Amino acid sequence: MKPFELNQFAFEGISHARIDDLSTISGADKERLIMSGVDVDEAGSRAGSFLHMDHGNVHCRSRHEAVEILDIKDALTKYDGLPGHFWTLVDPDKDEYTRTANEHLQGGYFIKVAAGAKIATPVQSCLFIKGQKAGQSVHNVVIVEEGAEVHILTGCAVANEQSEAVHVGVSEFFVKKGGKLTFSMIHNWGEHMNVVPRTGGIVEAGGVFQNNYILLKQVKYLQSYPTITLAGPGARARFNSVLVAPKGSYVDTGSRIIMDAPDTRGEIISKTITTGGTIIARGHIQANYAPAKGHLECKGLILGGGRIHAIPELDGRVEGVELSHEAAVGKIARREIEYLMARGQDEDEATSTIVRGFLNVDIMGLPDKLHAAIEKTISESEKDMF
Amino acid sequence: MLKIEGLKVNIGDREVLKGLDLHIKEGETFILFGPNGSGKTTLLLTLMGFGGYEITGGRIMFRGQDITRAPSYERARLGIGMSFQRPPTIHGLKTKHMVRLCARDRVVDPEELARKVNFEDFLERDINAGFSGGEIKRSEILQLMAQDPRLLLFDEPESGVDLENMQLIGSTVRELLGGGAQPEPGLSLKQAKSRKLTSGLIITHTGYILDYVNADRGQVLYNGHLCCEARPRDILEHIRKYGYQECVRCLN
Repeated sequence: MKPFELNQFAFEGISHARIDDLSTISGADKERLIMSGVDVDEAGSRAGSFLHMDHGNVHCRSRHEAVEILDIKDALTKYDGLPGHFWTLVDPDKDEYTRTANEHLQGGYFIKVAAGAKIATPVQSCLFIKGQKAGQSVHNVVIVEEGAEVHILTGCAVANEQSEAVHVGVSEFFVKKGGKLTFSMIHNWGEHMNVVPRTGGIVEAGGVFQNNYILLKQVKYLQSYPTITLAGPGARARFNSVLVAPKGSYVDTGSRIIMDAPDTRGEIISKTITTGGTIIARGHIQANYAPAKGHLECKGLILGGGRIHAIPELDGRVEGVELSHEAAVGKIARREIEYLMARGQDEDEATSTIVRGFLNVDIMGLPDKLHAAIEKTISESEKDMF
Repeated sequence: MLKIEGLKVNIGDREVLKGLDLHIKEGETFILFGPNGSGKTTLLLTLMGFGGYEITGGRIMFRGQDITRAPSYERARLGIGMSFQRPPTIHGLKTKHMVRLCARDRVVDPEELARKVNFEDFLERDINAGFSGGEIKRSEILQLMAQDPRLLLFDEPESGVDLENMQLIGSTVRELLGGGAQPEPGLSLKQAKSRKLTSGLIITHTGYILDYVNADRGQVLYNGHLCCEARPRDILEHIRKYGYQECVRCLN
């Protein structure tokens, strides 16, 4: 499916004034940012913030000495083009989207966490689209040095749900020995939005990459397949995704883990609901060394129309690997509804309880404010679900 | 409390209950015996209002209301509470949240209730996820304590429970049925008991539960018919000695 032409969108020309203090953002934009995990009153709650609006950076500030946050253009200047990092995990010639991102480098975040630093509060970034017919192309690089730990919250959102725009985002993640990166991405798009992230990551020995992804709102077309390589012994990766595709959404997304060292572990868990849209739920675990353990879980609910095509793939390439998957696409189990009805819930209450459980994101360890915003979004979109 | 008149129930084309009459008074605990496949569980699930159990005749009255066609949530709200044998796991629904759901508009303290059945450590777990037989029983009783029903339906309280937990489950069921009432200052034992009159309908194979609850009456369900009304202990002893076949023949 190719729903849009890149040349219909402007990749240059929309600029915004710098925003020195995020708390000055108000009204609808503020609401939209909060829903995407951005705390505009960030002092104390965030170790740093980055905001890219349409075609350029408007805010970039670290609040922790061990966290460096730069616009990628400044990082390329400062670090002589970021050799060994920039365009090393994603091929610039992979497709027309990566070529576009290479041609039109508008910005993107560069986040580096110093060796051994364990950052208690999250770093937040937001890629925000306000312009009509805007083409946004960003390139992000995250480096978590040896033994460092950080949680990055990224909200990608469109200001007006009616806007027609495209978002191309290249991201490259580097987790060095014993480091830990938790990367939580919340997408809030609209019915005319096209979104094509391209993501690669590498985790060295003993490192951990945990990826959380939440998409609850409509998007016209979204296609992504982040790939994480576990390159050293003891490295681990875990993907948790929660997706809802209302009518009109086409979402083709998955996660891939390449276990390229012994003693590695990988886990991919996706929970998807369609209420009329199409979801292609992919998952791929490849193990090149043993021992290696991988598990892929893919659960889908079709509530009132739509399609879920689950494609779980396991590729063991040596004796001794342990890979498993569990996929299920179906409806809410009658037994579960009856159980709750026997406790006094009517059928609608019971359905709601089960759907909320299904979409539960407790495991992601998100900040309370964001967690509450997600609960709110779910309860608002519930009326379309059943 | 519960009055069943001429109840006939089909599962598909098969008639499982063939005209059943049963009256359980307020505060009374009734024990149901019967061999496998005799329709005991069908009776409980029909009383709870589950789909797949087609009532072809008779009626069910509960606290003066005809609930023969009422959906199960209405029955639950009227005060029927059931312990499930094999409840489903609901992912993402924490046990603590489930306890609150059971209480509906009443305010309960899940921690305090959980302490009574030694279940505090499970409150943050998804309901029924990986629970053992005994854990399911304790979870079900915890939910019922929150629901605070007037009629308790319990299918084999002793199944899957080790001896240590049987004591805990037995005494908690007794408490649910109001049998654990203690005389309080300014309240005689009789008054304490009458403050809350909970009835029970319990299925048992082993009879262990009889050590804990004050069961008033019992009957054998055999081939879709209720027969042999007697004291539960007498029925149990008779079944142990002679089996169901002989029990039915003798007592009829």
